[in-house]
Parts: sequence; structure tokens; C-alpha cells
Amino acid sequence: MVSASQSAATAAAPMPGAPRNWDVNPVLTVEHLTMRFGGLVAVNDLSFNVGRGDITALIGPNGAGKTTVFNCVTGFYKPTEGRTVMRHGDGLLQDLVEEVTAGGLRSVQMGDRAVFLLERMPDFEISHHARVARTFQNIRLFGGMTVLENLMVAQHNVLMKASVFTIGGLLGLPRYRIAEKAAREKAVYWLERTRLIDRADDPAADLPYGDQRRLEIARAMCTEPHLLCLDEPAAGLNPRESQELNALLQFIRAEHGTSILLIEHDMGVVMEISDHVVVLDYGVKIADGDADHVKNDPKVIAAYLGVEDEDEIDIPEVKKDLSTAGKPAGQDGGVA
Amino acid sequence: MAAETPAAPTSSIRPEGAQRSLEERGNAPVVAPANDPNSMANSVRDAAMAAALTFVLGFFFLGVRSDFAPGGLALEFRWGLLFIAVAIIFVARLLLNIFVFRTTKPLTQRMGSTFKGVGAGGGLGKWLGRALFAFALVLPFFFTSFFPGQSRQYIDLAILIMTYIMLGWGLNIVVGLAGLLDLGYVAFYAVGAYSFALLAQYFDIGFWMALPLAGLLAAFWGIILGFPVLRLRGDYLAIVTLAFGEIIRVVLLNWYEFTGGPDGISGIPKPTLFGLEFKRGEGGFADFFGIPFDNIHRFIFLYYIIFVLAIVTNLVTLRLRKMPVGRAWEALREDEIACRSLGINTTNTKLTAFALGAMFGGLAGSFFATRQGFISPESFTFLESAIILAIVVLGGLGSQIGVVIASVVMIGGIEMLRNLGFLSQVFGPGFEPTQYRMLIFGVAMVLIMVWKPRGLVSTREPTAVLKEKKRIGADMVAQGEGH
Amino acid sequence: MEYFVQQLINGLTLGSIYGLIAIGYTMVYGIIGMINFAHGDIFMVGSFIALATFLILTTVFGFVFLPVILLIVLIVAMLFTSAWGWTVERLAYRPLRGSFRLAPLITAIGMSIVLQNFVQVTQGARNKPIPPQIQGGVTIMEGVTENGPIAVQLSYMQMIIIVTTLVLMIGFTLLINRTPLGRAQRACEQDRKMAALLGVNVDRTISLTFVMGAALASVAGLMFLLLYGVIDFYIGFLAGVKAFTAAVLGGIGSLPGAMLGGLLIGLIEVFWSGYFTIEYKDVAAFSILAIVLIFLPSGLLGKPEVEKV
Repeated sequence: MVSASQSAATAAAPMPGAPRNWDVNPVLTVEHLTMRFGGLVAVNDLSFNVGRGDITALIGPNGAGKTTVFNCVTGFYKPTEGRTVMRHGDGLLQDLVEEVTAGGLRSVQMGDRAVFLLERMPDFEISHHARVARTFQNIRLFGGMTVLENLMVAQHNVLMKASVFTIGGLLGLPRYRIAEKAAREKAVYWLERTRLIDRADDPAADLPYGDQRRLEIARAMCTEPHLLCLDEPAAGLNPRESQELNALLQFIRAEHGTSILLIEHDMGVVMEISDHVVVLDYGVKIADGDADHVKNDPKVIAAYLGVEDEDEIDIPEVKKDLSTAGKPAGQDGGVA
Repeated sequence: MAAETPAAPTSSIRPEGAQRSLEERGNAPVVAPANDPNSMANSVRDAAMAAALTFVLGFFFLGVRSDFAPGGLALEFRWGLLFIAVAIIFVARLLLNIFVFRTTKPLTQRMGSTFKGVGAGGGLGKWLGRALFAFALVLPFFFTSFFPGQSRQYIDLAILIMTYIMLGWGLNIVVGLAGLLDLGYVAFYAVGAYSFALLAQYFDIGFWMALPLAGLLAAFWGIILGFPVLRLRGDYLAIVTLAFGEIIRVVLLNWYEFTGGPDGISGIPKPTLFGLEFKRGEGGFADFFGIPFDNIHRFIFLYYIIFVLAIVTNLVTLRLRKMPVGRAWEALREDEIACRSLGINTTNTKLTAFALGAMFGGLAGSFFATRQGFISPESFTFLESAIILAIVVLGGLGSQIGVVIASVVMIGGIEMLRNLGFLSQVFGPGFEPTQYRMLIFGVAMVLIMVWKPRGLVSTREPTAVLKEKKRIGADMVAQGEGH
Repeated sequence: MEYFVQQLINGLTLGSIYGLIAIGYTMVYGIIGMINFAHGDIFMVGSFIALATFLILTTVFGFVFLPVILLIVLIVAMLFTSAWGWTVERLAYRPLRGSFRLAPLITAIGMSIVLQNFVQVTQGARNKPIPPQIQGGVTIMEGVTENGPIAVQLSYMQMIIIVTTLVLMIGFTLLINRTPLGRAQRACEQDRKMAALLGVNVDRTISLTFVMGAALASVAGLMFLLLYGVIDFYIGFLAGVKAFTAAVLGGIGSLPGAMLGGLLIGLIEVFWSGYFTIEYKDVAAFSILAIVLIFLPSGLLGKPEVEKV
């Protein structure tokens, strides 16, 4: 079940000054990402890394552009500017990145190492080839299909191949039957991990909210992603369910080596499990570092406390930063 | 829905001749203590308003008729007809008010619970399916032995119904499974029919050779037409497919040199049974088997051809539903964005559904051409698409057995009107029941839809089961793009 | 040049009729998001009512003064056709409100079949011609082509159609923008549930939308009768599809868009017939529909839609 090429590097908090995992071994690099909708700048020149095997949190007040970043990374929006690099294989893979960028290619593969430029790929290929899976803020399950069917749909590409594009399956090739059985086993595995096994034959729309959230994660995991993007996975969960979610995410990272990028408002979840936190406000990155670093960043505090006026901030350096890097006028986060 | 509450259905008037009984649904009125809406006075007032509206609506259509006369159109007044209609509406509305809408125990409640068994599908649906299949298998012999006098007529009707069942099953792949609303399905029916007719005319190709070619051509056209439009949202897709259907018809109509234009193509060859023709005398089917020639053999043969074609359609669909591509169709219907996030190429998935539906439409079209021996663009109007779509939706989207029931009820029921010659004894010799066929068809369409918006068989069967198979209620199942 | 101008005038006249029907589609689509398939047939019903009223006035009451006749016909047709529009909504769409999307579309197709066949059964299948009523016009241009002299005519009929359409358009725009009814309508377009919570009578607003659409369609029906001098029970389908095309082309939900789309479709059709082939004029209209939807799905004046993820 574990993707072999991945090292389940659960990097402990590094020493100050030491190179950090997300700088030396990033699975995803977002560079100078800008997204405009008409005149509205939802994300402005954003750069950050997601370390391989890390749990990275993307946080920020409502309307900061977090979901827009997700949509750009997963190909649902075409970013106005910027480059998003997805790497399979350890290290920076600088040679491959340059090759694919200069060559105008979508991806380049060399042995078990590969580099994908996500902004050049259509959404379904990002999931299929670059192996980035995602969940949605407002849960998107196949409501009229059973829980088990939801997980079978997620393994579409594997099964499609095994069925020789349906024809072999129609003829009843043994290869397809084996693949179908394996797909069911994988579905059962994830149903057990997410404690949904008893609801396997119920329609997904029938599940309570928390179960639906977990099913969406299970469904995304059935695509065997290298990077799992979770859009507010803890929204609407009670504290016990939140704890369970934490455990599930830790399990996914530890057992499957999947890197996780999540948007979250629940600071309890964020601070407890994140190795790396990126803070957005009005489409601009205002802080980037480990949880402790971000927690004490005055700009972050200011953004979260919703300071109305710069004059109310007493810290001179924050004031200075805000007036330079702060809020460009006329921005609204309605898109995210 | 909140919007419904202030509507106060009690104060509404429900008019118009043929549709009066539309009101099967009977919104139980919320009882207002001060003015009991169930009171007799209110019922009468409501019926009177319905009658008044009937008068208004009928005035220029029932009351007045313009007809040709020397020196232009002349008017004929039919006040009697108008007042009969108004009276019928008044009485009917009043009765409905008293027994259905404005009573605490509507009669329809009992009816509704009787029908629930069928609607829920359940084990009953399975057995119903098997029984229908068994009956369809022996149908020609059933009619030849029990109704020898009319067997030809009945088998012909069975062929017609079976054709619509096949078309319904074909369209069900597109609309019911993939959730793509196609209002131009008749285009592929036409492509199939014309492919065979033209292949026969220009290359002298027989039915069995042409059948797969026609299917492939229709599928090809499905891809050609589908490719540019499949990224459109539901309603827009519907209207573009309608446009394509009309374009194909107009081209068939005007390309006189190639298609014969409005004259159509005649002399389309009949199918043979391994080279045996269904003709009188030497070398024919009857001669070969040494049985006396009977025209009915050809009809029985045609029936079995369409029966096999339809069953193949059904089996392929049922099998595909359990394959990755079929699951992807249904997932697409449920949520396209989620599909894309799981790496499913939605364009290709839609195209396969479109092409496959088109192929079955094309096969049915070839059969239609060989059965009729003559085709013209007139057979492929939008109405035909509407009828096929109505069968699919009325039967219950995605339900195979529903298509069968809807075809039998709608097509069979309407064709049965031809047999109601005795009515002319009641309404006078000028009464021609067949001219009301489409009117009744339309009314039935509206009625059934209002009564059961999700169709007759609305539950969905899961395609993969872990422990226990549970049917999925219609309220969970999405209906396609964007909604 | 002269030929071009003449075609332009003809196109604008035909386009006005399409535009009036298109408004009905666009308003209904805007407010309840459904294609009112029966709307083309409401137009047909309107033209039959206009015909019957016209015949009653001229043969039974012996009216001779044309402007009075036309005014009465217009008013009667609008009133009675509105009743039909209201009834169709009440019977076939309201019971299905809040139900799934395909249900009202199917009842709309059913209603279209019902209306066509009801008119066919009660009025007969043969077409109904009337002699031309408004003759004459002004010559606005003259010239000579290789085929001989050509005069560009703007007939009184065309003037009446274009002017009436303009007046109705302005009136409707004011109605939607300035009156409480228009505000209620726009509110329902945005969010029906919320509008209901805020005290807007949603059912009544929707009914009125259908009534207004039907009234405009009946005006188009009357114009069609006067312009072509012949109607039958089947005119609703093609006119309906083309008007819907117009609504989509202009951007569905937008009133000026519907009018603009109508004019464009009229022009395309007339120019296509004038310069290419008359047989394929419907193909031209349908192709435009497909092309617009594929490349410009929000139409000319519609708001672009961002896919919500």
C-alpha cells in the first residue's frame, strides 16, 4: 500500500539556522503564484514550499485566498502567473525542473524521479499523473452512490487500465477481475482506517457530516497520492472528531509517506500536527515557518485579531512591515 | 421549500379541460381555523373560478373556430361545446375538491400507497423484469395462438414498443447514467436509418452487413457532435443537442441529390435469415422449412431482431454499469468536479456515453429503416426525441425496467387509441380518436411527471456491494450537471 | 447596397418578433432557471387568439377602421394569452417547483405537445391565411443593379412592428428596473428562498413573469400574423427555438440581451437567405446557437460564470 519511492521523513523540528526540510526536500514548490479574477487579485506573488513527508498548513483569515491557492495547485483554476512544481523523488531535482521548464513540457520523468509543472496540466491529469489528491471545503461526494462505490470510482484509472479500456472487462478478462478485487481490498482498507466499514453499503449522502469528511479523505487516498490537499478537513467537526482527524492524518503521513497540505481554521489542529505553517492574508504571504515561529509572529497576530487600523499596533516593526508588504488596496477575498 | 408556504394552494384555481385531473398531487391545505378551506362554499367557489378560467381559455379555441370559406376565413361558433367544457370542469373540479384536494382523507392517498410497491422497485422489480422478459420471449407465439385474427397488428405494435424500449435504453446511458441531457437523440436514430438506406441504395449492402456499419457511423457522429458541446452545462447542452438534431434533419430534407429530400428513400431491403428471404415461393423461408407461407413469419422475425438488439443494449448497459467507465458515468452525474479531482478524464467519459448511446440509437435506426422499407426526414422530428426522452424520464432516470414500463404505457397506450373505433358511436361519426393521440400523450406526460417527478421506478441499485445490497432512494441521486 | 439595406430592414423586422418572444424565455430562465419549452407555443396560441379576435371584429361587428381593430386585437390577445401563460405555469411547473431539474423540462415539452395538439384539434390542421392588412410604405432609397432598378421599401407594417417593439422594450425595461414587481423579480432571480423570507410572494412573482412573457409573445404572434398573413398550429416550435437561440446569444437572463439577440438572429436569417440559400436558413440559426454556446457561453450581454469549486 505504501508508495515505495517516498521516504516517510517525519522531520523533527530543526535547529535554528539548520536547513529546513521544506527547503531542501520539497514535494511541491509554488513560485510567484498570482491569480486575478478580472480586476480582483485573489493571490498576489505567493511563493512557498511544501516539504516531502511534512504536514504543511496554509492558514489565514477568511478570504485570504487559501482555497484559490488550492484550486491553482490542483488545476481547477489556471493561475495568471507563476510556476508550481511537483516532484516525485527526493531532493530539489533542479536538473529536471530546468529541463521541463525550458522545454515547454508538462512533465519529465527519469527513472523513479519525475517533475511536473502543474500550471501546465489539466486538473484530471494532476490527480492521475502528478498524484496530487484533494478534498473540498463544501464536501463533494457522489451522494447517490454508496460509500464503497465512491472509493471504487477513485480507483478509476487503475481499473480502466486493467480492463483494457472496458473492452477486456466486458469480455471478462481475469486481469480485470484481479484488479477489481484488489480495488475492493484497498477500499476496505481505507474504510477500516476511517471507521466507515459499517456504512460501506449506504449512500454517501446518508452519512453524518463527520463521516462524510472522513470518506472524502479516504476517497482521495484511494488515488495513492504523493501530496494530499485538504481544504478545511476539521470544519464542522466536534472536538473528539477533530482529535480523530489528527490521528488519521498522522497515520497517513507515517504509514503511507504522503505529504499533506491543509487549509485549516482550527488552530488546535494546525498547531498540534503541522510541521510547517504558511500564513496568508489578502492574497499575500505574511509568515512562513514552523508552528512556534508563526504563533509568535506579530503580523500573524495582527491579521488574526483583525486590527482595523495600523495605528493600533504598537510594535514599530510590524507597522513598517504592514505598510510595505501589507494590504494592497482594493483587494477582496470573496473568491476564496 | 420555504417558497411554497405562502402559495396557499387552496386559493388557486385549477383549470382547463384536458388537464383538470393533473391535480393528483393534492397539496393538503394547512387548516386555517377562521376560514375552513375545506368548507363546501370554498370548494364551490374554487370550482367556479376554474370554470371561469376554462371559459376564458376556451373562448377562442372551443367557442370559435375559423375555417376556409369563399372569400377568406369564416367563423363558426360552437358555444355548446364551450359550455359543455366549462360545465365538465366545474363538476370535475368540485368533485376533486370534495374528495381529493380539500378533505383530510384524500382518495389519492389510498391509490398512492397501492402504487408504492411498484415504485419502490424492491424484489418485486426483479421479478417483474423476469416476468416481462419471459413474456417478451414468447410474445409472437402468444399472439398467434390466442389472437390469430389480430396477431399481425399486435406483433407490429410489439415491434414498435420494443424499438422505443431499445431507444429508451440507449438514451438512458446518456441521460440516466451520465446525466447529460440530450434533446437531439433522434439525430442518431436518423443517422442509423439513413446509413443503412443509403448503403443499401448505393452499395447494395444487406441489413446484417449494414447494421454494424450504421452503429459505428452513429457512434462516430456522436463523437463528432459531442466533442465540442460536452463541456456545456446541462440546459445548454440540451438546447445544442436539439439544434444538432434539427440541423441533421434539415440537411436530410434539403440534400435532394443524395438523400432524396422530402421524398425519402424507398425500397430498403428486408432482413434475411442467413440468406433466407421471407417471400412466397421458391427459396423463401417458408419453402426452405417446408411450412406454408404466411406473412406473419416476417413480422415474427422482425420482432426477434429488435428483441435481440434491445436485450443486447440492456445487457451491455448493465454490464458497463459495473465497470469503471460505467461508475465514472454515474460519478459524473453526481459531481463532475469531484470526478476531475480523482483523475477522471471527464471529456472522454462523456464522449463514451454519448457515442455508446448514439450507437444504440443508430442500430435502432437501421432496424426502423428495414422494418418500414421507406424512410423520410419526417420520421425524425424533434417530437421523436421528446418521446424518447419522456420515456426515459417517466420510467425513472437510470432505471432499465422503468423504460420498459414507460414504453408500454406511453407507446402501447397511445397506439391502443386506434382501436377505440366504438367511441365514434358515442360521439358521432365525425369523431376520430387517433387525432387526439398526441394530445393525450402530452397530457399523460405532464400528469405522470407531476404525479411522480422522479419517474415510475426511481431507486438506484448500487454497482458494488460489500455486505448487503441496499437500494438508494431517489432523493439522494443527483440528476446531472450543475444541479 | 440597396439590396443590403432592404435585407437589413427585413432582418430587423423579423428580429423584433424573435426578440419579443426571446424576452419570455430569458425572464423565465432568469427567475426559475428552466427552459420554458412551451413558450413558443404560447406565441402560437397568441397568434390564433389574435386571428380569431380579428375575424370576430371584422365579420361579426363589422369594424372597418384598422387602427382601432388592431388596438383591440392587441389588447384582447395580450389578455387572453396571458391567461394561457398563467395556466401553463400553474398546472405544469408550479407543482414541480423545488423538484429536480429535469421534471419541469419534461412537463414543458409535454405542455408544448398539448398546446400544439389542442390547437390542431380545435382549430384544424390547415393553415389560416388572412389577406394583407397594412399595405404601402415609403421608398427610402433607389438604385440600379445589374438586374434592373431596385427600390428600398420600408413598409408601414415594418414600421409598426419596429416601433411597437421599441415601445414595449422601453416599457419593460422600466418595469423591471423601477417598479416593486421588477425588484421582486430580481430578488427571486438572486435567491428565491431568501426573497420568500423577506416577504416577497415568490409564487405570484413567478406567475407574473409568465404572464408578462405570454403577453409579449402574443404581441409577437399578432405581428407574425400581420407580417406573413398565415399561421398554423406548428409555427411555435421553430419560432420558439430561434427565440431561445436569441436569448442565449444575447446572454440568458438579460432583457436587452434578448432583444439584441433577437435582432441578430433575424438579421442572420435574412442575410443568409438573401445571399446564400434559403433552404439552409434554419441551419444557420442553429449553427449560430451551437457556436455561441461553445465559445461564448454567457452570451453577448450576460455575466460570465466562474466555476465554483
